[in-house]
Amino acid sequence: MNMHTNGARQASDGIARPFVAQGAAVPPSSVALALRDFNFYYGKFHAIKGVSMEIFQNRVTAFIGPSGCGKSTLLRSLNRMYDLYPDQRAEGQLLFHGDNLLDKGVDLLDLRARIGMVFQKPTPFPMSIYDNVAFGVRMHERLSRAEMDERVEWALTKAALWGEVKSILGRNGASLSGGQQQRLCIARGIAVKPEVLLLDEPTSALDPISTARIEELVTELKSDFTIAIVTHNMQQAARVSDYTAYMYLGELVEYGVTSQIFLKPAKKETEDYITGRFG
Amino acid sequence: MRAERTGESAVRASGPASRTPMAIAHARVDLAFEWLTRIVAACVLLLLAGIIVSLIVSAWPSIERFGFHFLTTSEWNPPMERFGALVPAYGTLVTSIIALLIAVPVSFGIALFLTELSPIWLKRPLGTAIELLAAIPSIVYGMWGLLVFSPLFGEYAQPWLAATLGKLPVIGVLFSGPPIGIGLLCAGIILAIMIIPFIASVMRDVFELTPPMLKESAYGLGATTWEVMSGVVLPYTRAGVVGGIMLGLGRALGETMAVTFVIGNTNMLQNFSLFQSGNSVTSALANEFAEASPGLHTAALIELGLILFVITLLVLAASKLLLARLARAEGGAA
Repeated sequence: MNMHTNGARQASDGIARPFVAQGAAVPPSSVALALRDFNFYYGKFHAIKGVSMEIFQNRVTAFIGPSGCGKSTLLRSLNRMYDLYPDQRAEGQLLFHGDNLLDKGVDLLDLRARIGMVFQKPTPFPMSIYDNVAFGVRMHERLSRAEMDERVEWALTKAALWGEVKSILGRNGASLSGGQQQRLCIARGIAVKPEVLLLDEPTSALDPISTARIEELVTELKSDFTIAIVTHNMQQAARVSDYTAYMYLGELVEYGVTSQIFLKPAKKETEDYITGRFG
Repeated sequence: MRAERTGESAVRASGPASRTPMAIAHARVDLAFEWLTRIVAACVLLLLAGIIVSLIVSAWPSIERFGFHFLTTSEWNPPMERFGALVPAYGTLVTSIIALLIAVPVSFGIALFLTELSPIWLKRPLGTAIELLAAIPSIVYGMWGLLVFSPLFGEYAQPWLAATLGKLPVIGVLFSGPPIGIGLLCAGIILAIMIIPFIASVMRDVFELTPPMLKESAYGLGATTWEVMSGVVLPYTRAGVVGGIMLGLGRALGETMAVTFVIGNTNMLQNFSLFQSGNSVTSALANEFAEASPGLHTAALIELGLILFVITLLVLAASKLLLARLARAEGGAA
């Protein structure tokens, strides 16, 4: 598996600095994922229309927009979750390390280990906390007992959960509180050491305190991972993300540095949505 | 008419808080309904108790005469009035175990295919076909087993089993002896075919109730379909799965007609070979009840029925215990 190197990795592979002109305070970074004329269909329904954009490495990219605008669909396309459903399909290009992930020959198991996902509601597996975190790792790596212990501790620490669960690792994951369960799901996702972490409205089922903890966590995790987050909470997007994409009716209306989008959006539609005049 | 009008005005005058005639009538209906459901529920317990008591009373001569020995004796000799339940009880248990050993993995495969892998156009016809299998009368399975399956089984499958599994140490003895087709193994296989639709359709239903997000979480970590099903879906649905298996086992234990056709109906137990003929509780009852003379023979047959009842009860209790233990093992402290 392609491991992550920490720190700034700038010059080498085709740096994109599309937003420098806008006077952004976000340091430039290389492209982790790129969409080129990306289209998505649920049967005959055209859900995403010709989206092209880049998602930057070690940055948080937020997708906002009203319900049904295609933001979750787009996120779910990035690890080809739609492959589970026969009537869903994508067209265009989704570039990851130079490969088009939409190609037929892509190894989905490997892809999903490299692009992890966390869902709207916590989904602990019906097993112990330890096994929840080890579940994904066991499928991709052969670790000794000690190495696995270390990995589980590492992932739980990264997910800011270790202190709370270190003495109850054998207990069922479902016995934790909602916020703890969601951090367990994040730990489970990062335990396989993915490069990209997709968060699909990760706090929509959580109380404000748990939400704040997850948001803090997202900010901390971006030093190790590239993060894409879908949220219907605009304040959340403003708080946690470096870049924001505003989508409406399957189209990418505006995409740029978060402060820019929220303070001085270039388009009228974006401004209307952000100021709450619609949506 | 007048009473109605006064009732109405009373409602208007006194407001909703006090008990108007209408409210009292309402409460009475509710109370009557409550008692009705209570009586219906009590009927279940009464029936159960009635069946147990009448079984014990009718079987008493045999219980008194043979005592615990009844369970350990293999002799079944009506003229000499010596009866033992070992052969039919053994036959019932062994055929049911064989049926489960075959039916559970096959049903799991069917349910897995139907919920995860099957193309949409095949789901409905295949699901319906499985339900249709459950609708075939058991006597048809019995006739098919006797006339079609067992000759082929005796000619091709049994010699092959004897040549392969029969050569292994320990379990080899199970697959030894003359390949005559009908017998314990044949009955177990027919039973397996009969209970597969039940177990498979229950498994499919509970698998489909698994939240898609839970499955996607596992797929999202790069799990294969097998890893998702065995690692996440099966533990998540285990209560339903065990329920489905118990439903199938209950049917296997109680199945009469089909087993009577293919088990051979001999009250002898020479060795542990599954190729030999045997008897089951239900087929012994079906074969002998009409001809049994009143007295000890009838009592012994009724005691067989009682034993079947107890076996079913024990199986049910064991499954509840198993579920409770599983829940404790994964919910308990480290």
